[in-house]
Amino acid sequence: MKLKDISKEELFRCSYGCAGCASVLAVRLTLKVLGRNSVFVVPANCISTVSCYYPQAPFFVPMTVMAFAATAAACSGISAGFKRRGREDIQVVGFSGDGGTADIGIQALSGAIDCGNKFIYICYDNEAYMNTGVQRSGLTPYGAATTTTPSPCFEKRPKKDMLRIVAAHDIPYAATACISYPLDFMQKVAKASKINGPTYIHVLVPCPTGWGFAPELTIEIGRMAVESGMWRLMEFESSEFRTTYKPSRKRPVAEYFAPQTRFRHLSPEEIEAIQRDIDRREAE
Amino acid sequence: MSVKSSLKKYITANEAVAHAARLARVDVVAAYPITPQTSIVEKLASFIANGEMDADFLKVESEHSALTACMGVRMAGARAFTSTSSQGLEYMHEMLAYVSGGRYPLVLVNVCRSVALPWSIWGDQQDAIQQRDTGWIQIFTETAQEALDMVLQAYRIAEDPRVLIPVMVCLDGFIQSHTEELVEIPAQERVDAFLPPYEAVVALDVDNPYSISVGGFGKHYARWRKEQQEATEKAKAVIIEVGDEFARLFGCHYGGLIEPYRINGAQAVIVLMGALTGTAREVVDEMRARGKAVGLIKVRAFRPFPVPELRQALSKVKAAAVLDRDCSWGYEGALATDLKAALYGLPNPPAVLNFIGGLGGSDVPPEQMKYMLDKALAAEKGATPGLEFIGL
Repeated sequence: MKLKDISKEELFRCSYGCAGCASVLAVRLTLKVLGRNSVFVVPANCISTVSCYYPQAPFFVPMTVMAFAATAAACSGISAGFKRRGREDIQVVGFSGDGGTADIGIQALSGAIDCGNKFIYICYDNEAYMNTGVQRSGLTPYGAATTTTPSPCFEKRPKKDMLRIVAAHDIPYAATACISYPLDFMQKVAKASKINGPTYIHVLVPCPTGWGFAPELTIEIGRMAVESGMWRLMEFESSEFRTTYKPSRKRPVAEYFAPQTRFRHLSPEEIEAIQRDIDRREAE
Repeated sequence: MSVKSSLKKYITANEAVAHAARLARVDVVAAYPITPQTSIVEKLASFIANGEMDADFLKVESEHSALTACMGVRMAGARAFTSTSSQGLEYMHEMLAYVSGGRYPLVLVNVCRSVALPWSIWGDQQDAIQQRDTGWIQIFTETAQEALDMVLQAYRIAEDPRVLIPVMVCLDGFIQSHTEELVEIPAQERVDAFLPPYEAVVALDVDNPYSISVGGFGKHYARWRKEQQEATEKAKAVIIEVGDEFARLFGCHYGGLIEPYRINGAQAVIVLMGALTGTAREVVDEMRARGKAVGLIKVRAFRPFPVPELRQALSKVKAAAVLDRDCSWGYEGALATDLKAALYGLPNPPAVLNFIGGLGGSDVPPEQMKYMLDKALAAEKGATPGLEFIGL
């Protein structure tokens, strides 16, 4: 995939997303890959909130709002229904946030992967329940402050490793991505669309509102997440993990934390401990 | 087995329901095991494995996902089936309201069972009653034959463009689910004539894209809810119409919304739902033979609630003894409450006595029903004494 090949058609437009919202960007880029022959399942999250109140309709493909816990089960059922009607060509896409995936939706996701129907599950990860006002989720990283883990009692648990969790189901294809690397993300969506079974893509979407940085920095913050090693771009395929992008220069994690208010309370010692943890994981 | 001719067999209501799902040509079954429902989906799995049924079986990880997947199947324009009981139905609660609010015409069989705690796998109707306000049509059946016939009718009712409201067909755990009765399993051709293969209405149509199940502010939300109420009311006429058509084609008529039995000249009437009606019918015959003016009303449709029918049937009666296999804790049995409300404003209304019985699978033998009817015969008109737990 090359930049010039990317569709000019916008199939998601005029939502009420915040300035600098990377989640909205993730929907747009996904639709540029999948086009009009796709249907979206969107549970309670930022995307449904900024785009799904009657009579507003920013989706130019069929979409349904879904109960919070039910995204993957709905994808599985829709896919089964299309299969019965001979329309396996239609891409069924679940588009769920980090809480909707790693917390309340994890059971249905596990069950739907196990059922084996074809669908693409995209977890767009802004690392907290942003839509309800920045509460911690199972994907909030160690050290972050949220409204339910306010400083100084910041988040003390590590981020759940969803890639390994879905990989443990022997899923045909899974990947991590970051919105700041659009070609890498879109190539992964394209790859998932060609697989006849359940697939999972976990895309990191920096959130200016919840993370506390200036809206124009969204893409830069995402790059820093990858360059610091806080987030890695990977694939899981044929039972093997692979890194799809390795940054040419390694940034200290302190540089990634600096523009974000959610890490502002961390002491130099705490930041140093996080840096050591990143270095240790990279050495593995 | 042959699908060419009708067949009479001794089977349980659960097996009868599985035959109904097969005959309804459902595309996808999504279900999760729970007693006493499990043998329905086991039978369906064996039909599919043997090639007697052309459908896909989604072995989901929970009832919440079972109902969600069925809704997804319907969004894609295909026909789905699921069944459950008790904790499973409770676990579906969120999605029950989602399905009805989204006007997805699904059919669900609930094999009624007690709800924990105290833990019990045995039968009563607490599970179904606790879902009363989730927006589903709820029909209670008495026999294995009625359960089979009602599932076929349920697809017609739910999918009727005037209705588009999901239907929950209820049967009593163990009394129906695990008791064999002689059941006529109709031939596929006859069912096809009554229930044609599903003409898909695709909610998620890539050629005609819509955002569906979206949010609504104030007035929009209220307007959709009003439409839902109106459609559920309209379902009353459709339930009767479909029941009449079924009777013409198959010879079995169940009375529509309620089935009164020997209420002409009755002083006291027992009012109940589900499989215990069989016992009550015998008790009424026996008491009538001894010169006592008693009758019964089997309530088939709990939602929509048959208000005019019940007012008419009970207008000349002195007292109604309502048997609830459920309780709205802190008040009384749900059927009793609804019946009293239905009779409100009736000149010179009957007394309404509420008996709670058959909880947790306990028997309600004929003597208890005689006791209820005798008490009703002795009641003053218009009285509403407090509820009484029977058999304790």
